[in-house]
Amino acid sequence: MIHFKPTMWLRSLTLALISWQILNAQSGRRLFEAQCALCHGQTGGGGKGPSLLKPKLNKAPDQAALEKLIADGIEPEMPGAWTLSPKELTQVAEYVRSLGSIPPESVPGDATAGKEIYRKSACASCHIIDGTGSGFGPELTNIGIRRNSAHLRQSILKPDDILPDGFMLIEAGQTKGIRLAEDLFNIQLMDASGRLHSFSKASTTINRTRNKSPMPAYTKFPATDLDNLIAYLASLKGSAK
Amino acid sequence: MTILLLALLAQVPLERIVSADKEPGNWLSYSRSFDGQRHSPLTQINTTNVANLKVKWAYQFSKPGNQTSPIVVDNVMYISGPNSVAALDTRTGRPFWQWSRPIPSDYQSIGFGRTNRGVAVLNDMVYIATLDCWLVALDARSGIQRWAVKAGDYKLGYSFTVAPLAIKDKIIVGTSGGEAGIRGWLDAYNARTGKQEWRFYTIPGPGEAGHETWKNDAWKTGGGSTWVTGAYDPALNLVYWGIGNPAPDWNGDSRPGDNLYSCSFVALDGDTGKLKWHFQFTPHDVHDWDAAHVPILFDAEVRGRKRKLIANANRNGFYYLLDRESGEFLSGRDYVKQTWAKGLDDSGRPILLPGAEPTAEGTIVWPSLNGATIWFSPSYSPLTKLYYVAAREKSSKYFKSEAEYKPGTFFAGGGEQNLDPNDEWGAIRALDALTGQQKWQFKLLTPPWAGLMSTAGNLVFASSNEGNFFALDATTGKPLWDFQTGSAITSNPISFNIEGKQHIAIASGYTLYVFGL
Repeated sequence: MIHFKPTMWLRSLTLALISWQILNAQSGRRLFEAQCALCHGQTGGGGKGPSLLKPKLNKAPDQAALEKLIADGIEPEMPGAWTLSPKELTQVAEYVRSLGSIPPESVPGDATAGKEIYRKSACASCHIIDGTGSGFGPELTNIGIRRNSAHLRQSILKPDDILPDGFMLIEAGQTKGIRLAEDLFNIQLMDASGRLHSFSKASTTINRTRNKSPMPAYTKFPATDLDNLIAYLASLKGSAK
Repeated sequence: MTILLLALLAQVPLERIVSADKEPGNWLSYSRSFDGQRHSPLTQINTTNVANLKVKWAYQFSKPGNQTSPIVVDNVMYISGPNSVAALDTRTGRPFWQWSRPIPSDYQSIGFGRTNRGVAVLNDMVYIATLDCWLVALDARSGIQRWAVKAGDYKLGYSFTVAPLAIKDKIIVGTSGGEAGIRGWLDAYNARTGKQEWRFYTIPGPGEAGHETWKNDAWKTGGGSTWVTGAYDPALNLVYWGIGNPAPDWNGDSRPGDNLYSCSFVALDGDTGKLKWHFQFTPHDVHDWDAAHVPILFDAEVRGRKRKLIANANRNGFYYLLDRESGEFLSGRDYVKQTWAKGLDDSGRPILLPGAEPTAEGTIVWPSLNGATIWFSPSYSPLTKLYYVAAREKSSKYFKSEAEYKPGTFFAGGGEQNLDPNDEWGAIRALDALTGQQKWQFKLLTPPWAGLMSTAGNLVFASSNEGNFFALDATTGKPLWDFQTGSAITSNPISFNIEGKQHIAIASGYTLYVFGL
């Protein structure tokens, strides 16, 4: 008869738990690649269907909602996974939710002090947090669940390096702005003052800049201020309202 | 008097479809004429006045993303959605009747959206193929069901999105399901009674020619869907149809061999469904480049000899010209960026480049999973002798994974990952129909998902994902008119007359628009 010491027993249980979690994740991944990847891309980045690399999916904000959505499908495009068992549904939903989530991290810096840096640096002249500010740049109300601290740091120090897909600065005649919409014959912009413009491409000279952010690189923050600012941004998890 | 006239005229014997050019004000079959050209001989709307085109009426569907290609017979327009048909007054767009059949609650579309691409008409009936595999004949005047036959089992992944094709006294219908491990077929039903006349299995079974291109039992789940309407040559009595990808799509390990007749055009006897010839564009496909295309038939002199021809700009990135009596390969070349083949050999078989197969880590290949072009219609103008195609310039990272067949689920064995959207675009391209050489292109912002129509007004009508419906000069590609429809367009245009005046129709999102001068 084999006797386990309590510590060994605990260790075995922990290992079993970890193995179970890994197995679960592997099963979820295998199911995803067999049944979902055709439309959502092998790594969830999108294809015929939308990208799933988001911390919170609009149509399924939590595990239960996502399991239901996967089971039911979305008419007319997405088939329901009617052949998956409840366990498999859980596995694939957990895997999908893991795709866009940011691993927990401890961020150095003081968020309260960072809020003051944000105020003093006039970040609100381009960004909106919880309804306050100007909407020329991306909204930051829930930036803390969308981006990790490394991404936030880079977006402050080297904003040109992490532009969203399709982002473009446009010079249409005398007007400069960011591209809001474009079709074959017309283009719509927002200038730095927030004014909206529309141009016919046939009658306007259009110059495009693809790899430039309108946000200046803020390279002169003292290290502590930068840490504090990042801590503040990382603390923004969405509006309570 | 008008009612009597409508009743008398609303008969479409086969002869009217065969001689479609005699009545260019109607649009009697999917591509207007059996030759698949999607070319309108109407000339009232032309390069000099198309800039004045205006919306005349609109019709709202109950579902978005419509792909229907309308049929117009004597002042009645027949349009379809999934499991639904409407007959509209072409003067106002108001429905004469509407018909629908419930989609079963356990129906699932595996690998495609819930859509329908159109109806067929023959004599006094309208034919619709439903998602749950019913072929239904409706009385053309009232929309009341005459007969319905169940052609396949949707629980195994078979499904109809195709517009049927009426030939002789038969209705031809093909199936979707290439991602579910179906064994594909093309069926013919008696137009009056619904009795099955023949079935052609696209994946040959034991004892059938081509079976040797499959190993073990792979043929049983070999794919080979038939989801895009084909063409017909009444003189040769041959039906031409594009066959879909082999299954599983991206993992070919279980199906060594060429996997006939996947990714092929087949020519079938209209009376018996017997195979006359085949031409395989992509042997042993592992990229989902099914030959889901409308074949275009035309006649021309090739190397000093008058030939009956069939042409195709294929999903795999190559343009092909074949003899449609024999299937002989005459010429071919790539018409988009492609990185998987060095070229075509003398028989038209691709000369493969190494390293283009999907892998567990992913392999980047041009064109993308949805191909250089796909189901939406190309067009051929007998006036310019150009083949017009909405081309997609895009790559994919192709992945290979395990594929286990479970009835009624995805049997795909991999997939794609989209790459930098800045590196993808599209174009309306005019190709010399004999050589595939590009004559002009009109660039699009993104890879298109909508078809083309050329007209004898020397125009090509085209659409964009950004909602533009527009007209180009058929000779130069210069844009002459455009209209923002408000939704990505995923359908094929048609042209027809209302009270003797030419109009153009296109479905966009929830809406069918009709334009006139």
